[in-house]
Amino acid sequence: MEAFFEWFRALYEQSGWNFVFIYEQYERERFITAMWTTIKLSIYCLLFSLVVGVVGAWAQGAKSAIVRNVMAGYIQVFRNTPPLVQILFFYFVLGTGLDRAGLMPTYDAGGYLEPMLGAFGWAVISLSFFAGAFNVEIFRSGIEAVPESTVEAAEALGYSRLMAYIYVVLPLAFRVSLPALNNNLVNLIKTTTLAYVIAVPEMMYTANQIWSDNVNVPEMMIVLFIFYVGLVAILVYFMHKWEHAMRIPGYGT
Amino acid sequence: MKRCRMLTGVNTTAPTRLPVLLPSAAATIGAARRERHEGTFRLNLKLWHGGALLLLLLIFLGVAEAANGTREGPWAILWRWKWFVLQGFGLNLLISFLAMALGTVAGAVLGLMQVSLLAPVRTSSWVVTQFFRNSPWLVLLFTVMLLLPFEIEIGDTVFPIPDWTKAVIGFSLPIMANLSEVVRGAVISIPSGQWESSESLAFSRRQTIWMIILPQCFKRMIPPWMNWYCILAMATPLCSIMGVEESVTHVSQAMAAEDNRPDLLTPFYSFLLLIHFVYTYPIARWTISLERKFAVKL
Repeated sequence: MEAFFEWFRALYEQSGWNFVFIYEQYERERFITAMWTTIKLSIYCLLFSLVVGVVGAWAQGAKSAIVRNVMAGYIQVFRNTPPLVQILFFYFVLGTGLDRAGLMPTYDAGGYLEPMLGAFGWAVISLSFFAGAFNVEIFRSGIEAVPESTVEAAEALGYSRLMAYIYVVLPLAFRVSLPALNNNLVNLIKTTTLAYVIAVPEMMYTANQIWSDNVNVPEMMIVLFIFYVGLVAILVYFMHKWEHAMRIPGYGT
Repeated sequence: MKRCRMLTGVNTTAPTRLPVLLPSAAATIGAARRERHEGTFRLNLKLWHGGALLLLLLIFLGVAEAANGTREGPWAILWRWKWFVLQGFGLNLLISFLAMALGTVAGAVLGLMQVSLLAPVRTSSWVVTQFFRNSPWLVLLFTVMLLLPFEIEIGDTVFPIPDWTKAVIGFSLPIMANLSEVVRGAVISIPSGQWESSESLAFSRRQTIWMIILPQCFKRMIPPWMNWYCILAMATPLCSIMGVEESVTHVSQAMAAEDNRPDLLTPFYSFLLLIHFVYTYPIARWTISLERKFAVKL
């Protein structure tokens, strides 16, 4: 491993290509943390946005008109405003607002109090709600594609409403929603770069710090590209596999 | 495309009234497939969104005005800065026009390269397309903004390159890649019979593409092209992160000049959103109507 690191140091000394985050221990740690932060951010956002999507789709079919209208309002707001504005709003308006009102629980971070939800937490929340708004619509169109007669048939077989939803409606709806979901999740991963604006130490932000300290913009840019394209490629690969495995035989081409 | 066996009730009309999935399922899946080619998302702007923004602007102006003591009212401040903000928006429009023009030309070339018969050309253009399509806009923008020099010397004269021209190039790259996919998608959506019949009429490949395939593609490409324009126009405020003097930068400068009064925050930003809405909404509606008009009826 050391030899590998040293090879890059030699590369810098000979050619001027400065991949400082490989051979310099401090930069390396910072870089790995950043990679890990982006991956964590992506995974959390993926999971939470799916939860928002499923719960939201269920709430859209609720009996209460208030719940339905709240859902409709949420979707409209989050679909039609730029995610950049959403992140800034969550962090600076809600975050500082809760802090000032004293509603944000804090923890002792070695002598001073830190709010429980930092920039990372707010980034997860705002990005999940952003992607979730799209997921709600995606799941809803999937659920709408399941005929009422199928649900009735399930009920005739003794399924309760919830059981029919879990065992009959969702599996069918999910297969219909998967292609659109795939598109949205790819988009979500690309949107995580926006966490840069609230100083979440993810790839984009850390790369910026590294190139500011070491003046190696081209090298960091290449690495950023490879990282993001790779991340998206991994997601697309697994989603396609999954899409293929889940497809309804004979349905569509 | 893979041929599939026909399953009654699944991909043909059901003889009974109990289909496995309703016809809307096929539409949902089809829309997702199309979205992959034509754009990451479709704008869904409605007229009442503009109304809601206007209402938000007016309510917050009203509240701020009412809570205002001796200071100058926010309405007067907003009015004073309106040309400044609109001037910033003008730069947004300029960036979007130029980036779209550049992206369209480059995307058309790249798209045609993707349907080339030469495997190296096809593969390399595919790689370029996928690369720029799948990297975040912000990363592309940063790359171009930071890697291009701020001035170039030709002979003795030094030409400065302003920030916003670099932003144009930064935005044109993802547009190029996505339009390349639009072109490719349109070309392969033309039924193979068109290719075969033109071949049998002794058209060369070049003639087939220019005289038979592309004229048919053209109509199909217009709605996704416009959709991408809308997406681009909405993305241009991103370059404010790099300090390009566009509308978001101008709004924050205006607010800083007014001592960052918190009651100005909502009026200024909803005013900005309203401007963007007024510009984007008609284009989005027009796109939808063209899409309906050009829809191929089979």
